Amino acid sequence: MAIVATIVFLLLRFSAGDPAAVLAGDAATPATIAAIRTRLGLDQPMAVQLVRWFWQLLHGDLGTSIISNQGVAHLIADRMAPTLALSLTTILFAILVAVPLGVVAAWKHGTIVDRAVMTFSVLGFSMPVFVLGYLWILGFAIKLRWLPVQGFSPLSAGIGPFLAHLVLPTLTLSAIYIALIARITRASVLEVLGEDYIRTARAKGVPERAVLMRHALANAAVPIVSVIGIGVALLIGGVVVTESVFNLPGLGRLTVDAVLARDYPVIQGIILVFSGVYVLVNLAVDLAYVLLDPRIRY
Amino acid sequence: MSVLTRRDFGKLGGAAALAASLPLAAQAAGPKVLRCVMHSGLRITDPIITTAYIARNHGYMIYDTLFAVDEKLQVQPQMVDHWDVSADKLTYSFTLRPGLKFHDGAPVTSADCIASIQRWGKRDGMGQKLMDFTASLTAVDDKSFKLVLKEPYGLVLSSLGKPSSNVPFIMPARIAATPADQNVPEEIGSGPFRFVKAEFQPGSKVVYEKNTDYIPRGEPASSLAGGKLVKVDRVEWINITDYQTAVNALANNEIDYIEQPPHDLLPILKSTDKVVVKDYNPLGFVGTCRMNFLLKPFDNPKIRQAVLHAISQQDWADAQIGNPDYSTLTGAMFIAKTPFATEVGFPPKPDLALARQLLKDGGYDGTPVVIMQPTDLAIVTALGPVTAQALRNIGMTVDLQAMDWQALVGRRAKQTPVAEGGWNMFHTTWAAADMLNPVANLGVNGRGRTGGWFGWAEDAQIEKLRDDFARETDPAQQKTIAENVQKRAYELVTYIPTGQYTMPYAYRDSVSGILAGPVPVFWNVDKTA
Repeated sequence: MAIVATIVFLLLRFSAGDPAAVLAGDAATPATIAAIRTRLGLDQPMAVQLVRWFWQLLHGDLGTSIISNQGVAHLIADRMAPTLALSLTTILFAILVAVPLGVVAAWKHGTIVDRAVMTFSVLGFSMPVFVLGYLWILGFAIKLRWLPVQGFSPLSAGIGPFLAHLVLPTLTLSAIYIALIARITRASVLEVLGEDYIRTARAKGVPERAVLMRHALANAAVPIVSVIGIGVALLIGGVVVTESVFNLPGLGRLTVDAVLARDYPVIQGIILVFSGVYVLVNLAVDLAYVLLDPRIRY
Repeated sequence: MSVLTRRDFGKLGGAAALAASLPLAAQAAGPKVLRCVMHSGLRITDPIITTAYIARNHGYMIYDTLFAVDEKLQVQPQMVDHWDVSADKLTYSFTLRPGLKFHDGAPVTSADCIASIQRWGKRDGMGQKLMDFTASLTAVDDKSFKLVLKEPYGLVLSSLGKPSSNVPFIMPARIAATPADQNVPEEIGSGPFRFVKAEFQPGSKVVYEKNTDYIPRGEPASSLAGGKLVKVDRVEWINITDYQTAVNALANNEIDYIEQPPHDLLPILKSTDKVVVKDYNPLGFVGTCRMNFLLKPFDNPKIRQAVLHAISQQDWADAQIGNPDYSTLTGAMFIAKTPFATEVGFPPKPDLALARQLLKDGGYDGTPVVIMQPTDLAIVTALGPVTAQALRNIGMTVDLQAMDWQALVGRRAKQTPVAEGGWNMFHTTWAAADMLNPVANLGVNGRGRTGGWFGWAEDAQIEKLRDDFARETDPAQQKTIAENVQKRAYELVTYIPTGQYTMPYAYRDSVSGILAGPVPVFWNVDKTA
């Protein structure tokens, strides 16, 4: 994470744009902009700024937004709920849909069911998030008026509005995730179905459902769990667009806002949080291997 | 393992739909909430340190002003009860209305007004000019203060009643003591709405509540002046960055109002049931093309004039707006249909032969022109390619560089050569209310490298004319001077107006009482269930 932090810090300093000019506004003179740069410490050598930021981080301080003058930790905490809710519902929904689809496709390998699942997968990969999002909005919000077009309702306002505001974003964001997991599940289960122990189980008269779930899926679980972990990165990318299309005030929107305003402390803080989440998810995946495959030991 | 049946799924869908509709149903019986999508998200809450229009609009919600313009752009007293000027036109005396209170309960005093004017005077162009002419600004008592000038100055009231950025909003003196380049620590005003800090999400959502202590003036509301009667309990500014989503939300009755729907979505909005599309800001906005006076080739006036004769406002308007109902071709630097409007100096139509001749006379040597083109600001994006083609048509070499708006904002502040990050040309837009006279209009500023606007035009003659305008108290004489300023500005080509355009509001037909004027305000606005 220290490497990520350093790279992000340097990339931002080398990219075009100047937060002091953003703050100074349209009527600013060079002297005004220079004064703001000095006040923000942006006139200091890059190494000094980097050391100062690391020192803050070591004290648990993510800094203060240059633009809104609010604490970065506060801004991130304030925007965490929509992103967390959307991510969790997406992961849950994707797993619930994609794993059975992949298993069925492998089981019915070469049939029309298999082809249908694979066609759906290709569509899921190919369809841009924003196109899918608008299609859902057109159908379920504008035409049928079943669901809201946009916005987020916190859980504290009731489970109904909370879920209603998450249905369309979840359907949108999960498409690519379902496609990814379904393909990997199909490939893994297909490979396992060719193993000798599956043939033995079938020869012993084990019901097909048990063969699939207890023997095939259990043994194919490690690559599936791996891809679920890797997919979190996809999810983070997709969250940014999905939050814009459905106007969810989450971390994705905050990221775009901060980048457009060159709000260095906020961008740095969010990327640190995202990279921390990614590290934790991968750690959880590694730990899950032990549970899924007793042969794996650390 | 239980499985969801199709019927169960239908029940869940129905429950979700019912649940989603609950807040709307509750809203009908509860407080009146106006949900608005403004042109941008509010990030900086101090309308003095930034010229951003969203901060200005926020300022009008929570602060009040000493004077304000009505819908005829006439300056009227607002917080001021009565005022007078001495016979020698050097001393202005102001007395505040009784009962004015800040949101923290403290009374508004002369000391608050003086501190606020002084802070504004450090940031705003008209404010700086007013301060230059001011000998003293002192309190007479808690409710009265006086401004003594060094010499007669014709823009005292129009400065204090300046409608657009930066507006001299009145804050408590303790808050106005904040250095003029730092955001104020609290959002406390005496305006008709209170800022709800606990619900503020920078760039995403701002909430205002009705200030029940506010005492409106007795006159009917007229633009920024008159009685600011608040008719809703709460106003929420929701920043929906995707305009298609905003339009869908308006159609679905999830929001009530969109401040600036893009022109290409207006036909959809006009055909949407229960949605009204109407223009309340007849002055609208102005596009500008600005050249850098410090660098080749635009350090040469003949080459700047060549550009002036090469461009076509019609082409700009077609690319930028694409609908003549919303655009006006005009060379009036101080805004068409306003007191100082004139077309003097502006070429009536493009003349490519003259432009090529001027280029030749100017000795243009093929130096590439770097045009900064922002790709994320739709209203400006289309201007760059049109200008680039116009320049190519007369034989100039153009390097059209795409970037996001904030990259442009950072780069336009650089006075270095192009090879070191400098630039030659960019386009931007302004609220027309910012350009109504030669002092307010930054595009005709001739203060050069240190005090000029980006591009840094330098000209003693135009500065003298602007000072003459500021000193003049006779409107007829002011108009003559304004004409001379514009004439000189076109000789120098300080900037080229790309034309004026309007951006109508779109709102649900349950909303009424929207006021016409240069700034969207929410007093007088009502909403039926």
